[in-house]
Amino acid sequence: MCLGVPGRIVEVVDERRRLARVDIGGVVREVSLACVLEDGQRCADLLGAWVIVHVGFALSRIDAAEARCTLALLGQLEGDALSG
Amino acid sequence: MRYLDEFRDPAAARRLVAGIEAALARLKPARPLQIMEFCGGHTHTIFRYGLHQLLPESVEWVHGPGCPVCVLPRERIDLAIALAQRPQVILTSFGDALRVPGSETSLLQIRGQGADVRVVYSPLDALELARREPQRQVVFFAIGFETTAPATAFTVLQAAAEGIANFSVLCQHVTSPEAVRALLADPVLRLDGIVAPGHVSTVVGADAFAFIAEDYRIPVVVSGFEPLDLLQSLAMLLVQRLEGRCELENQYRRAVTGSGNRTALAAVERVFEAASGASWRGLGRIPGGSLRLRAEFARFDAERRFAIRASSAAEEVLPCGAVLKGRLRPERCPHFGTACRPETPLGALMVSSEGACAAWYRYRGRPA
Ligand code: SF4
Repeated sequence: MCLGVPGRIVEVVDERRRLARVDIGGVVREVSLACVLEDGQRCADLLGAWVIVHVGFALSRIDAAEARCTLALLGQLEGDALSG
Repeated sequence: MRYLDEFRDPAAARRLVAGIEAALARLKPARPLQIMEFCGGHTHTIFRYGLHQLLPESVEWVHGPGCPVCVLPRERIDLAIALAQRPQVILTSFGDALRVPGSETSLLQIRGQGADVRVVYSPLDALELARREPQRQVVFFAIGFETTAPATAFTVLQAAAEGIANFSVLCQHVTSPEAVRALLADPVLRLDGIVAPGHVSTVVGADAFAFIAEDYRIPVVVSGFEPLDLLQSLAMLLVQRLEGRCELENQYRRAVTGSGNRTALAAVERVFEAASGASWRGLGRIPGGSLRLRAEFARFDAERRFAIRASSAAEEVLPCGAVLKGRLRPERCPHFGTACRPETPLGALMVSSEGACAAWYRYRGRPA
Protein backbone atom coordinates (compact mmCIF):
# COMPACT_ATOMS: atom_id res chain seq x y z
CA MET A 1 0.00 0.00 0.00
CA CYS A 2 2.58 2.56 0.93
CA LEU A 3 5.49 1.23 -1.06
CA GLY A 4 7.04 4.30 -2.64
CA VAL A 5 8.09 4.05 -6.25
CA PRO A 6 10.42 6.09 -8.45
CA GLY A 7 8.87 7.87 -11.42
CA ARG A 8 9.66 10.57 -13.95
CA ILE A 9 7.58 13.73 -14.35
CA VAL A 10 6.40 13.76 -17.97
CA GLU A 11 3.61 16.32 -18.25
CA VAL A 12 1.98 19.18 -16.38
CA VAL A 13 -1.73 18.70 -15.73
CA ASP A 14 -2.69 21.75 -13.69
CA GLU A 15 -0.20 24.34 -12.43
CA ARG A 16 -2.66 25.88 -9.97
CA ARG A 17 -3.42 22.56 -8.30
CA ARG A 18 0.20 21.45 -8.72
CA LEU A 19 -0.75 18.28 -10.57
CA ALA A 20 1.50 16.52 -13.06
CA ARG A 21 1.64 13.19 -14.84
CA VAL A 22 4.38 10.87 -13.67
CA ASP A 23 5.61 7.80 -15.53
CA ILE A 24 6.00 5.08 -12.92
CA GLY A 25 7.59 2.10 -14.62
CA GLY A 26 5.44 2.56 -17.72
CA VAL A 27 2.21 3.39 -15.88
CA VAL A 28 1.37 7.09 -16.08
CA ARG A 29 -0.42 8.52 -13.04
CA GLU A 30 -1.65 11.91 -11.99
CA VAL A 31 0.49 12.97 -9.05
CA SER A 32 0.53 16.04 -6.83
CA LEU A 33 3.86 17.86 -6.76
CA ALA A 34 2.78 20.00 -3.78
CA CYS A 35 5.45 18.47 -1.52
CA VAL A 36 8.42 18.80 -3.86
CA LEU A 37 8.00 22.30 -5.29
CA GLU A 38 10.37 24.85 -3.80
CA ASP A 39 9.11 28.38 -3.16
CA GLY A 40 8.32 30.03 -6.48
CA GLN A 41 8.87 26.85 -8.48
CA ARG A 42 6.30 25.73 -11.06
CA CYS A 43 5.45 22.17 -12.06
CA ALA A 44 6.86 22.91 -15.51
CA ASP A 45 10.27 23.53 -13.94
CA LEU A 46 10.36 19.91 -12.81
CA LEU A 47 9.56 18.27 -16.17
CA GLY A 48 11.90 15.31 -16.61
CA ALA A 49 12.81 15.15 -12.92
CA TRP A 50 12.65 11.87 -11.00
CA VAL A 51 10.61 11.65 -7.82
CA ILE A 52 9.54 9.07 -5.25
CA VAL A 53 5.75 8.72 -5.39
CA HIS A 54 3.50 7.65 -2.52
CA VAL A 55 -0.30 7.44 -2.75
CA GLY A 56 -0.55 10.12 -5.41
CA PHE A 57 2.03 12.52 -4.00
CA ALA A 58 5.67 13.03 -4.89
CA LEU A 59 7.50 12.98 -1.56
CA SER A 60 11.05 13.62 -2.65
CA ARG A 61 13.16 14.29 -5.68
CA ILE A 62 15.78 11.73 -6.61
CA ASP A 63 19.28 13.11 -6.71
CA ALA A 64 21.19 11.56 -9.62
CA ALA A 65 24.62 12.52 -8.27
CA GLU A 66 23.86 10.89 -4.91
CA ALA A 67 22.58 7.77 -6.68
CA ARG A 68 25.85 7.45 -8.60
CA CYS A 69 27.77 8.04 -5.41
CA THR A 70 25.88 5.21 -3.66
CA LEU A 71 26.65 2.83 -6.53
CA ALA A 72 30.31 3.82 -6.40
CA LEU A 73 30.42 3.20 -2.64
CA LEU A 74 29.11 -0.27 -3.32
CA GLY A 75 32.38 -1.13 -5.05
CA GLN A 76 34.33 0.18 -2.09
CA LEU A 77 32.36 -1.86 0.41
CA GLU A 78 32.97 -5.02 -1.58
CA GLY A 79 36.67 -4.29 -1.39
CA ASP A 80 38.48 -3.10 1.70
CA ALA A 81 35.94 -2.14 4.30
CA LEU A 82 34.38 -5.55 4.83
CA SER A 83 37.31 -7.91 4.51
CA GLY A 84 39.83 -5.63 6.20
CA MET B 1 19.45 6.01 -14.79
CA ARG B 2 16.05 4.48 -13.93
CA TYR B 3 16.78 4.03 -10.25
CA LEU B 4 15.60 0.42 -10.27
CA ASP B 5 17.71 -1.92 -12.42
CA GLU B 6 20.94 -0.33 -11.25
CA PHE B 7 20.04 -1.32 -7.72
CA ARG B 8 18.98 -4.85 -8.65
CA ASP B 9 22.14 -6.03 -10.39
CA PRO B 10 22.61 -9.70 -9.37
CA ALA B 11 26.39 -9.70 -9.95
CA ALA B 12 26.84 -6.71 -7.65
CA ALA B 13 24.57 -8.39 -5.10
CA ARG B 14 26.73 -11.53 -5.14
CA ARG B 15 29.90 -9.50 -4.63
CA LEU B 16 28.28 -7.64 -1.78
CA VAL B 17 27.14 -10.89 -0.17
CA ALA B 18 30.73 -12.18 -0.42
CA GLY B 19 31.89 -9.02 1.34
CA ILE B 20 29.23 -9.48 4.03
CA GLU B 21 30.42 -13.07 4.54
CA ALA B 22 33.99 -11.82 4.93
CA ALA B 23 32.88 -9.22 7.48
CA LEU B 24 30.94 -11.82 9.45
CA ALA B 25 33.98 -14.10 9.42
CA ARG B 26 35.96 -11.30 11.01
CA LEU B 27 33.25 -10.39 13.49
CA LYS B 28 32.73 -14.03 14.61
CA PRO B 29 29.50 -13.25 16.49
CA ALA B 30 28.76 -15.62 19.39
CA ARG B 31 25.13 -15.81 18.28
CA PRO B 32 23.53 -14.82 14.97
CA LEU B 33 23.44 -11.04 14.57
CA GLN B 34 19.89 -9.74 14.76
CA ILE B 35 19.16 -6.98 12.31
CA MET B 36 15.71 -5.44 12.46
CA GLU B 37 14.14 -3.88 9.43
CA PHE B 38 11.36 -1.74 10.80
CA CYS B 39 9.58 -0.98 7.56
CA GLY B 40 7.21 -3.35 5.79
CA GLY B 41 8.60 -2.18 2.45
CA HIS B 42 11.96 -3.61 3.45
CA THR B 43 10.35 -6.84 4.62
CA HIS B 44 8.75 -7.11 1.20
CA THR B 45 12.10 -6.64 -0.60
CA ILE B 46 13.88 -9.16 1.65
CA PHE B 47 11.36 -11.87 0.81
CA ARG B 48 10.73 -10.94 -2.78
CA TYR B 49 14.43 -11.17 -3.63
CA GLY B 50 15.20 -13.93 -1.14
CA LEU B 51 17.88 -11.86 0.59
CA HIS B 52 17.54 -13.92 3.76
CA GLN B 53 18.46 -17.01 1.75
CA LEU B 54 21.49 -15.38 0.16
CA LEU B 55 22.99 -14.50 3.50
CA PRO B 56 24.88 -16.70 5.95
CA GLU B 57 23.08 -17.99 9.03
CA SER B 58 25.10 -15.76 11.30
CA VAL B 59 22.84 -12.87 10.36
CA GLU B 60 19.08 -12.86 10.94
CA TRP B 61 16.48 -10.37 9.83
CA VAL B 62 13.96 -9.52 12.51
CA HIS B 63 10.83 -8.11 10.91
CA GLY B 64 9.51 -5.03 12.65
CA PRO B 65 5.99 -3.62 12.84
CA GLY B 66 6.34 -1.08 10.03
CA CYS B 67 3.42 -2.28 7.96
CA PRO B 68 0.62 0.22 8.51
CA VAL B 69 -2.09 -2.24 7.58
CA CYS B 70 -0.79 -4.80 10.05
CA VAL B 71 -0.90 -2.49 13.03
CA LEU B 72 -4.49 -1.35 12.41
CA PRO B 73 -6.36 -2.16 15.61
CA ARG B 74 -9.59 -4.05 15.32
CA GLU B 75 -11.64 -1.34 16.97
CA ARG B 76 -10.72 1.11 14.20
CA ILE B 77 -11.70 -1.38 11.50
CA ASP B 78 -14.98 -1.83 13.35
CA LEU B 79 -15.44 1.94 13.28
CA ALA B 80 -14.82 2.07 9.52
CA ILE B 81 -17.32 -0.75 9.08
CA ALA B 82 -19.93 1.07 11.18
CA LEU B 83 -19.49 4.17 8.99
CA ALA B 84 -19.64 2.19 5.76
CA GLN B 85 -22.94 0.70 6.82
CA ARG B 86 -24.61 4.09 6.89
CA PRO B 87 -26.63 4.48 3.70
CA GLN B 88 -25.37 7.98 2.86
CA VAL B 89 -21.70 7.08 3.31
CA ILE B 90 -19.15 6.06 0.68
CA LEU B 91 -16.20 4.63 2.59
CA THR B 92 -12.89 4.89 0.75
CA SER B 93 -9.44 3.56 1.58
CA PHE B 94 -6.36 1.89 0.16
CA GLY B 95 -6.95 -1.64 -1.12
CA ASP B 96 -5.14 -3.50 1.64
CA ALA B 97 -7.27 -1.97 4.37
CA LEU B 98 -10.35 -3.73 3.02
CA ARG B 99 -9.19 -7.22 3.93
CA VAL B 100 -8.07 -6.50 7.48
CA PRO B 101 -10.29 -8.47 9.84
CA GLY B 102 -12.31 -6.46 12.34
CA SER B 103 -14.04 -8.05 15.33
CA GLU B 104 -16.60 -9.83 13.22
CA THR B 105 -16.19 -8.93 9.60
CA SER B 106 -14.08 -6.91 7.17
CA LEU B 107 -14.76 -3.97 4.86
CA LEU B 108 -14.46 -6.37 1.93
CA GLN B 109 -17.11 -8.67 3.35
CA ILE B 110 -19.61 -5.90 4.02
CA ARG B 111 -18.97 -4.57 0.51
CA GLY B 112 -20.08 -7.96 -0.75
CA GLN B 113 -23.26 -7.43 1.25
CA GLY B 114 -24.00 -4.10 -0.39
CA ALA B 115 -22.10 -1.46 1.60
CA ASP B 116 -20.53 1.26 -0.58
CA VAL B 117 -16.82 0.68 0.01
CA ARG B 118 -14.37 1.84 -2.64
CA VAL B 119 -10.66 1.47 -3.16
CA VAL B 120 -8.71 4.62 -3.94
CA TYR B 121 -5.10 5.06 -5.01
CA SER B 122 -4.77 8.45 -3.34
CA PRO B 123 -6.80 10.52 -0.87
CA LEU B 124 -7.17 13.01 -3.72
CA ASP B 125 -9.31 10.39 -5.49
CA ALA B 126 -11.60 10.30 -2.46
CA LEU B 127 -11.91 14.08 -2.59
CA GLU B 128 -12.72 13.92 -6.30
CA LEU B 129 -15.46 11.40 -5.51
CA ALA B 130 -16.89 13.88 -2.98
CA ARG B 131 -16.94 16.58 -5.66
CA ARG B 132 -18.76 14.27 -8.06
CA GLU B 133 -21.28 12.93 -5.56
CA PRO B 134 -22.32 15.98 -3.52
CA GLN B 135 -25.41 14.25 -2.14
CA ARG B 136 -23.32 11.47 -0.54
CA GLN B 137 -20.88 11.60 2.40
CA VAL B 138 -17.41 10.48 1.34
CA VAL B 139 -15.24 9.22 4.20
CA PHE B 140 -11.56 8.51 3.64
CA PHE B 141 -10.17 5.91 6.03
CA ALA B 142 -6.70 7.44 6.36
CA ILE B 143 -4.11 4.87 7.34
CA GLY B 144 -0.36 4.80 7.17
CA PHE B 145 2.85 6.22 8.55
CA GLU B 146 4.60 9.50 7.79
CA THR B 147 4.58 8.62 4.09
CA THR B 148 0.82 8.90 3.72
CA ALA B 149 0.10 11.59 6.34
CA PRO B 150 1.24 14.45 4.05
CA ALA B 151 -1.14 13.21 1.33
CA THR B 152 -4.05 13.25 3.78
CA ALA B 153 -2.98 16.66 5.09
CA PHE B 154 -2.85 18.23 1.63
CA THR B 155 -6.19 16.66 0.75
CA VAL B 156 -7.83 18.11 3.87
CA LEU B 157 -6.31 21.53 3.10
CA GLN B 158 -7.67 21.28 -0.44
CA ALA B 159 -11.12 20.30 0.84
CA ALA B 160 -11.04 23.26 3.24
CA ALA B 161 -9.95 25.65 0.48
CA GLU B 162 -12.80 24.52 -1.77
CA GLY B 163 -15.32 24.32 1.08
CA ILE B 164 -16.22 20.73 0.28
CA ALA B 165 -18.80 19.80 2.90
CA ASN B 166 -19.32 16.10 2.20
CA PHE B 167 -15.73 14.91 2.69
CA SER B 168 -14.25 13.67 5.95
CA VAL B 169 -11.40 11.57 7.25
CA LEU B 170 -11.35 8.66 9.65
CA CYS B 171 -7.83 9.25 10.86
CA GLN B 172 -5.52 6.37 11.70
CA HIS B 173 -2.14 7.89 10.95
CA VAL B 174 0.64 6.57 13.14
CA THR B 175 4.22 7.73 13.58
CA SER B 176 7.33 5.57 13.48
CA PRO B 177 9.88 6.96 15.96
CA GLU B 178 7.50 6.39 18.88
CA ALA B 179 6.86 2.84 17.73
CA VAL B 180 10.58 2.14 17.47
CA ARG B 181 11.03 3.45 21.01
CA ALA B 182 8.20 1.25 22.27
CA LEU B 183 9.83 -1.77 20.65
CA LEU B 184 13.30 -1.03 21.94
CA ALA B 185 11.92 -0.80 25.46
CA ASP B 186 11.24 -4.54 25.22
CA PRO B 187 14.13 -6.25 27.05
CA VAL B 188 13.64 -9.50 25.11
CA LEU B 189 14.80 -7.92 21.87
CA ARG B 190 18.57 -7.84 21.52
CA LEU B 191 19.19 -6.08 18.25
CA ASP B 192 22.62 -5.63 16.73
CA GLY B 193 21.56 -3.18 14.07
CA ILE B 194 18.49 -1.43 12.72
CA VAL B 195 17.62 -0.66 9.14
CA ALA B 196 15.52 2.49 9.37
CA PRO B 197 12.65 3.24 6.97
CA GLY B 198 13.80 5.10 3.86
CA HIS B 199 10.49 6.45 2.67
CA VAL B 200 9.36 7.61 6.09
CA SER B 201 12.72 9.39 6.18
CA THR B 202 12.02 11.26 2.93
CA VAL B 203 9.45 13.10 5.06
CA VAL B 204 10.82 13.17 8.61
CA GLY B 205 14.51 13.19 7.64
CA ALA B 206 17.20 10.64 8.48
CA ASP B 207 18.11 12.56 11.64
CA ALA B 208 14.78 11.56 13.20
CA PHE B 209 16.30 8.10 13.75
CA ALA B 210 19.59 9.23 15.30
CA PHE B 211 18.13 8.48 18.74
CA ILE B 212 18.46 4.75 18.02
CA ALA B 213 22.24 5.06 18.04
CA GLU B 214 22.40 7.76 20.70
CA ASP B 215 19.88 6.51 23.26
CA TYR B 216 19.92 2.76 22.65
CA ARG B 217 23.49 2.26 21.38
CA ILE B 218 22.36 0.34 18.29
CA PRO B 219 23.93 1.14 14.91
CA VAL B 220 21.31 2.40 12.45
CA VAL B 221 21.26 2.90 8.68
CA VAL B 222 18.45 4.56 6.73
CA SER B 223 17.99 2.36 3.67
CA GLY B 224 16.47 2.35 0.20
CA PHE B 225 14.22 -0.43 -1.01
CA GLU B 226 16.02 -2.24 -3.80
CA PRO B 227 17.99 -5.41 -3.04
CA LEU B 228 21.36 -3.69 -3.38
CA ASP B 229 20.17 -0.93 -1.07
CA LEU B 230 19.37 -3.41 1.68
CA LEU B 231 22.56 -5.42 1.22
CA GLN B 232 24.60 -2.24 1.27
CA SER B 233 22.82 -1.08 4.41
CA LEU B 234 23.56 -4.39 6.08
CA ALA B 235 27.20 -4.09 5.02
CA MET B 236 27.33 -0.58 6.47
CA LEU B 237 25.97 -1.87 9.78
CA LEU B 238 28.66 -4.57 9.83
CA VAL B 239 31.39 -2.05 9.05
CA GLN B 240 30.17 0.04 11.99
CA ARG B 241 30.51 -3.00 14.23
CA LEU B 242 33.94 -3.84 12.82
CA GLU B 243 35.13 -0.33 13.45
CA GLY B 244 33.48 -0.09 16.86
CA ARG B 245 31.20 2.73 15.76
CA CYS B 246 27.57 3.18 16.67
CA GLU B 247 25.91 5.92 14.68
CA LEU B 248 23.23 6.94 12.22
CA GLU B 249 24.19 6.57 8.57
CA ASN B 250 22.14 7.29 5.48
CA GLN B 251 22.41 4.78 2.65
CA TYR B 252 19.42 6.30 0.80
CA ARG B 253 20.95 9.68 0.11
CA ARG B 254 19.49 9.83 -3.38
CA ALA B 255 16.07 10.42 -1.83
CA VAL B 256 16.58 11.26 1.84
CA THR B 257 18.13 14.32 3.47
CA GLY B 258 19.02 14.78 7.12
CA SER B 259 16.11 17.10 7.86
CA GLY B 260 13.41 15.70 5.59
CA ASN B 261 10.75 17.39 3.51
CA ARG B 262 9.94 20.79 4.99
CA THR B 263 6.79 21.32 2.90
CA ALA B 264 5.33 17.92 3.75
CA LEU B 265 6.14 18.33 7.45
CA ALA B 266 4.56 21.79 7.51
CA ALA B 267 1.33 20.47 5.98
CA VAL B 268 1.18 17.62 8.49
CA GLU B 269 1.87 20.03 11.35
CA ARG B 270 -0.82 22.39 10.10
CA VAL B 271 -3.56 19.75 9.89
CA PHE B 272 -2.66 17.23 12.59
CA GLU B 273 -1.57 17.16 16.19
CA ALA B 274 -0.09 14.31 18.21
CA ALA B 275 -2.79 12.29 19.91
CA SER B 276 -2.15 11.26 23.50
CA GLY B 277 -1.84 7.66 22.44
CA ALA B 278 -3.37 5.10 20.16
CA SER B 279 -3.48 1.40 20.20
CA TRP B 280 -1.48 -0.56 17.66
CA ARG B 281 -2.53 -4.07 16.84
CA GLY B 282 -0.13 -6.38 18.59
CA LEU B 283 1.82 -3.62 20.33
CA GLY B 284 -0.79 -2.09 22.58
CA ARG B 285 -1.04 1.60 23.36
CA ILE B 286 1.88 3.72 22.22
CA PRO B 287 1.96 7.18 23.79
CA GLY B 288 2.19 9.91 21.18
CA GLY B 289 2.43 7.42 18.34
CA SER B 290 -0.51 8.70 16.36
CA LEU B 291 -2.01 11.79 14.81
CA ARG B 292 -5.45 13.37 14.95
CA LEU B 293 -6.99 16.32 13.16
CA ARG B 294 -6.58 19.68 14.87
CA ALA B 295 -9.71 21.37 16.23
CA GLU B 296 -9.55 23.84 13.35
CA PHE B 297 -10.27 20.97 10.96
CA ALA B 298 -12.84 19.25 13.18
CA ARG B 299 -15.46 19.45 10.45
CA PHE B 300 -13.37 17.04 8.38
CA ASP B 301 -13.07 14.56 11.24
CA ALA B 302 -15.43 11.66 10.52
CA GLU B 303 -15.58 10.64 14.18
CA ARG B 304 -16.90 14.07 15.12
CA ARG B 305 -19.10 14.52 12.07
CA PHE B 306 -20.89 11.25 12.64
CA ALA B 307 -20.52 11.29 16.43
CA ILE B 308 -19.17 7.79 16.64
CA ARG B 309 -16.56 6.38 18.96
CA ALA B 310 -14.63 3.16 18.97
CA SER B 311 -15.52 0.64 21.61
CA SER B 312 -12.42 -1.12 22.76
CA ALA B 313 -12.45 -4.53 21.20
CA ALA B 314 -11.37 -7.59 23.12
CA GLU B 315 -7.66 -8.30 23.28
CA GLU B 316 -6.11 -10.13 20.39
CA VAL B 317 -5.70 -13.82 21.12
CA LEU B 318 -3.59 -14.57 18.04
CA PRO B 319 0.22 -14.76 18.11
CA CYS B 320 0.50 -11.77 15.73
CA GLY B 321 1.79 -9.48 18.47
CA ALA B 322 4.83 -11.67 19.07
CA VAL B 323 5.56 -11.73 15.34
CA LEU B 324 5.16 -7.95 15.13
CA LYS B 325 7.67 -7.50 17.91
CA GLY B 326 10.15 -9.78 16.18
CA ARG B 327 9.87 -12.43 18.92
CA LEU B 328 8.26 -15.13 16.81
CA ARG B 329 9.03 -16.08 13.24
CA PRO B 330 5.89 -16.17 11.08
CA GLU B 331 6.32 -19.85 10.21
CA ARG B 332 6.26 -20.75 13.90
CA CYS B 333 2.71 -19.48 14.32
CA PRO B 334 0.37 -22.50 14.58
CA HIS B 335 -2.09 -20.85 12.17
CA PHE B 336 0.50 -19.98 9.55
CA GLY B 337 -0.39 -21.49 6.19
CA THR B 338 -3.26 -23.50 7.64
CA ALA B 339 -6.12 -21.40 9.00
CA CYS B 340 -4.28 -18.17 8.20
CA ARG B 341 -3.49 -17.58 4.53
CA PRO B 342 -3.44 -14.48 2.31
CA GLU B 343 -6.92 -15.31 0.90
CA THR B 344 -8.35 -15.86 4.38
CA PRO B 345 -6.22 -13.86 6.81
CA LEU B 346 -6.82 -14.47 10.50
CA GLY B 347 -4.38 -11.76 11.50
CA ALA B 348 -3.53 -8.50 9.80
CA LEU B 349 0.08 -9.56 9.15
CA MET B 350 -1.27 -11.90 6.50
CA VAL B 351 -3.07 -9.12 4.62
CA SER B 352 -0.65 -6.71 3.00
CA SER B 353 2.37 -7.72 0.93
CA GLU B 354 4.32 -5.68 3.49
CA GLY B 355 3.13 -7.87 6.34
CA ALA B 356 5.72 -10.31 7.63
CA CYS B 357 3.41 -13.33 7.46
CA ALA B 358 2.09 -12.59 3.97
CA ALA B 359 5.58 -11.90 2.63
CA TRP B 360 6.88 -15.09 4.20
CA TYR B 361 3.98 -17.11 2.81
CA ARG B 362 4.14 -15.65 -0.69
CA TYR B 363 7.84 -16.06 -1.22
CA ARG B 364 8.69 -19.06 0.90
CA GLY B 365 5.53 -21.05 0.45
CA ARG B 366 3.99 -23.23 3.10
CA PRO B 367 5.80 -23.92 6.31
CA ALA B 368 8.73 -26.29 5.96
S1 SF4 C 1 0.11 -16.48 10.61
FE1 SF4 C 1 -1.77 -15.28 10.84
S2 SF4 C 1 -2.41 -15.58 12.96
FE2 SF4 C 1 -0.27 -16.26 12.81
S3 SF4 C 1 0.93 -14.45 13.39
FE3 SF4 C 1 0.72 -14.41 11.16
S4 SF4 C 1 -1.10 -13.14 10.76
FE4 SF4 C 1 -1.13 -13.73 12.94
